[in-house]
Amino acid sequence: MTQIQTHTHLAAEAAAASPGEPWLNITIFGAFVAITLIIVFRASRNNKTASDYYAAGRSFTGGQNGAAIAGDYLSAASFLGIVGAIAVTGYDGFLYSIGFLVAWLVALLLVAELLRNTGRFTMADVLSFRLKQRPVRIAAATTTLVVCFFYLLAQMAGAGGLVSLLLGIGDKLGQAVVITVVGALMILYVLIGGMKGTTWVQIIKAGLLIAGAAVMTVWVLAINGFSFSTLLDNAVATAGNPAILDPGLKYGVSEVAKLDFLSLGLALVLGTAALPHVLMRFYTVPTAKEARKSVVWAIWLIGIFYVFTLVLGYGAAALIGPEAIAAAPGGANSAAPLLAFELGGPVLLGLIAAIAFATILAVVAGLTITAAASFAHDIYASVVKKGKPAPGAEVKVARRTVVVIGIIAIIGGIGANGQNVAFLVALAFAVAASANLPTIVYSLFWKRFTTQGALWSMYGGLGSAIVLIALSPVVSGTPTSMIPGADFDIVPLSNPGIISIPLAFFLGWLGTVLDKGTEDPLKQSEMEVRSLTGVGAEKAVQH
Amino acid sequence: MGNDALSADTSTALADVDYPAIQQSPEFQTLRRTHRGFVFPVLAACLVWYFAYVLLASYAHDFMSTPVFGSINIAMLLGLAQVVTTFAVTTWYVHFANKRLDPLATEIREGIEADAAAASETEGANR
Repeated sequence: MTQIQTHTHLAAEAAAASPGEPWLNITIFGAFVAITLIIVFRASRNNKTASDYYAAGRSFTGGQNGAAIAGDYLSAASFLGIVGAIAVTGYDGFLYSIGFLVAWLVALLLVAELLRNTGRFTMADVLSFRLKQRPVRIAAATTTLVVCFFYLLAQMAGAGGLVSLLLGIGDKLGQAVVITVVGALMILYVLIGGMKGTTWVQIIKAGLLIAGAAVMTVWVLAINGFSFSTLLDNAVATAGNPAILDPGLKYGVSEVAKLDFLSLGLALVLGTAALPHVLMRFYTVPTAKEARKSVVWAIWLIGIFYVFTLVLGYGAAALIGPEAIAAAPGGANSAAPLLAFELGGPVLLGLIAAIAFATILAVVAGLTITAAASFAHDIYASVVKKGKPAPGAEVKVARRTVVVIGIIAIIGGIGANGQNVAFLVALAFAVAASANLPTIVYSLFWKRFTTQGALWSMYGGLGSAIVLIALSPVVSGTPTSMIPGADFDIVPLSNPGIISIPLAFFLGWLGTVLDKGTEDPLKQSEMEVRSLTGVGAEKAVQH
Repeated sequence: MGNDALSADTSTALADVDYPAIQQSPEFQTLRRTHRGFVFPVLAACLVWYFAYVLLASYAHDFMSTPVFGSINIAMLLGLAQVVTTFAVTTWYVHFANKRLDPLATEIREGIEADAAAASETEGANR
């Protein structure tokens, strides 16, 4: 026991400066960037048409796309955020993992294949299929951009924390410089590589991340005699608190906290199938059957990874201790890198840090191309140019949008430095589930659904979620808020899901029932037949 | 090659398909019923099971904290059970879709594409 505690102190002291060797971390990360850039350049030779740029020519297999989905989904939130949350708040952190995983059943059973059969590039393609094009596309593009923005913010915030820990850069200015470098790299990937380059970066990153987590998991278990129970005992001993094994440490303190937890659970399980960057990945495969295969691959990879996070989280609690982690630069987000240092010294830390950077880079790239596609395809080509853009103009607009979004992400990331990333991502899930999911489900399964219902649901869901977040303790009223000085936290819930998701479903129903007009029944027939049979679905591009 | 060239090819060939008639056909109605008959109840059951777990974690702390093997308590086991059921349902759905949904969908799709091809050929012959 004393030995573990000495280790704890050493780790804490090392963490206060920077554990490991910054130059080693930079070298390993530089190697990753160099290798992926070569692959992106090679993959980008055929990026001429919109199908190539947004959907990688629909040429990926189900297995490849499944790995890319896992790469896209296992963001900094999953790796840094969940390991940190388990290490610091115990079992309550694991509840994130379960919600993030079970959510895939909604995507598999209700959305993936039907969406692949009816759409072309974006979520709005499906939502506006049988409704009025202009207003529905504008609404869907708006919700896409907002969700991507929240998600981007979380990833960039994670980058800031990681930098402070790994490169020993403590001051805000130095961190801002590194966030800018990460953002600039991401712009380069997406600009050159389009969806094909982005997908390859995600596949490589998923492989590295899962392999890295597997090595650390086996290592942690080996230290504890391959007994999960012993690991838990050691975690309790180091933490000095047996409650870390039970639910409720974070979310059991009051009735409001319990409700907040339910709200989080709802947002997690319903958010995934409504995340625009996840939905867009289904267009990169040639058929609906391949879309199904990709989800199956993704579920296995993601599920296994989350089991690893349980071991890693308690491993960090046992070997380093919750207090030392919370006190380290980067806070809870630093649990996984600190654990790597504890296990394998500077080399393993360098590897894990490079993987974590790669994770942020790959997810940010995926979000950026989704947001750019939505703006260029839904707003520019379909609304501004009324579906008839000049040849090549749409892709040109998409590329310019990439640069703009990159700059916004860099500025937002510098601003949002420090929040727990798993928590910020949970807000993105809540906004996605409120603004997008009701309209996706209604337009696929409810014949009577109308444009008015879609608009009420999307704007109502988006607006209510954002207003609730703005009035919550996340933004003001507590020392950990974004604006700690102000105090306008009227809503006690820090996740809006439990109010805004049912409200959005209700508004979709109400808007439809009160709508005197009806939609084109021919379009409804076409959508239903196409969604289930795959007639007229977009084929793979032949080069 | 313009942005829309790709979709133009596929949609002109299938422009004259009578979707309402296909939608009303018994074959399509069977496909629709088989699909909904699986995904709705299975998804509902999975969500009920998930929320039962979330509610237990929020409101039944004593029950969840009961140790089962060594320090491994019911909360850990139920959490891992969620992972296992997710894997199981995934495998079940893939099996069902391959065996029951895909043959029906393929038959309808190939019927439509054959009709469309025949229609465009007669059109070509008439010119």
